[in-house]
Amino acid sequence: MGADSLGLIFLDAAVINNFVLAMFLGICPILGVSGQLGTAFPMGVATAFVMFIASVAAYGINIVLGYLDLAFLSLIAYIAVIASTVQLVEMAVKRYSPALYRALGIFLPLITSNCAILGVALFQTSNGYNFLQSVAYSLGAGAGFILAIVLMAGLREQVDLADVPSVARGAAMSLMLAGILSLAFMGFAGLGG
Amino acid sequence: MAGEREPISMDTFLRGIWRENPVFVMLLGMCPVLAVTNTTANALAMGLATTFVLVCSMALISVLRDLIPKEVRIASFIVIIATFVTIVDYAIQAISLELYSALGAFIQLIVVNCMILGRAEAFASRQPLLKTLVNSLGVGLGFTLALLCLGSVRELLGAGELLGVPVLGEAFQPWVVMLLPPGGFFVLAGWLLLFAWIKERRDHRAKTAKEATADGR
Repeated sequence: MGADSLGLIFLDAAVINNFVLAMFLGICPILGVSGQLGTAFPMGVATAFVMFIASVAAYGINIVLGYLDLAFLSLIAYIAVIASTVQLVEMAVKRYSPALYRALGIFLPLITSNCAILGVALFQTSNGYNFLQSVAYSLGAGAGFILAIVLMAGLREQVDLADVPSVARGAAMSLMLAGILSLAFMGFAGLGG
Repeated sequence: MAGEREPISMDTFLRGIWRENPVFVMLLGMCPVLAVTNTTANALAMGLATTFVLVCSMALISVLRDLIPKEVRIASFIVIIATFVTIVDYAIQAISLELYSALGAFIQLIVVNCMILGRAEAFASRQPLLKTLVNSLGVGLGFTLALLCLGSVRELLGAGELLGVPVLGEAFQPWVVMLLPPGGFFVLAGWLLLFAWIKERRDHRAKTAKEATADGR
């Protein structure tokens, strides 16, 4: 893994193994907040930001816990860092954009329980990335998440205008859209060898 | 949601399995639902692991519910859940390394299963111990059942097998896409469509029956 270039790691996390569409991480916000482009994009950016912080913090935590021989605490340490970062983002959004804060609603604190963020921390550890690789990985994962949520929001805005059979309205339709997007993203699989 | 003083009944248990099924009705905890259901065995293991974490952590949260300050409750819940997930993680590693590598990081990701946090917030932090136990057992079983629904369909269509035993015969051409990520989305969408269709038919029948009696008078 050490030989992988930073660009390839970024690309891998962003499109080839897209966190949402290929690894099923962070499905809840994708289904919940992707109704409109206006809220989907800020949500994506907030998540990507938390991801980046969590990734850097996880790298530090690994060093400290490895030194203290307390590796079994790593899960708890990761989640504590993520929860406090989310709290910070929540306060910042509330302070600078109350309208956005209301639009995101319950899904903002729920970033804490977004699997994609903990996923970044866990996968970078299991892949044995060094510091720069971790940063590239988290940025790629964040970009992939923004891409997926914006694509979903765009598709759902179009579907709103279509005449969908009443049985398929809501979650089933979103899941089918996600499935089709996921099929499309499988096309990236050969990219980068 | 149930009232504060409602007594324990069969409904406390059954509600989680059918009417408030975490996956099919509430759409919570989707990530493991889609990610590890490519075989029935994985789905079963994941469902049981999640049920264990759910029941244990809900019990602890319910006992501690008066001690946890409201401001830091989410963080406290998460730490409690993370503790039990760490236990499960090491237990599975000890029992079956094969299973551990098949499930991968998704065991640790049980921590961020929104269903568990949702139950903690909506139920365990307000209800006494026994009722919480019954309810979370029901929800856990509902979750396992939903995982099995997905896992069996995906394994059957994607490999022609059930629990590793071939059932569809030699002539069956495996539908490989069902084992890949898009298959997960499509199978779940299919189940949701089925349930929505059943519900719509039932509503329709109830409505026509009502109209019929109204006309008869």
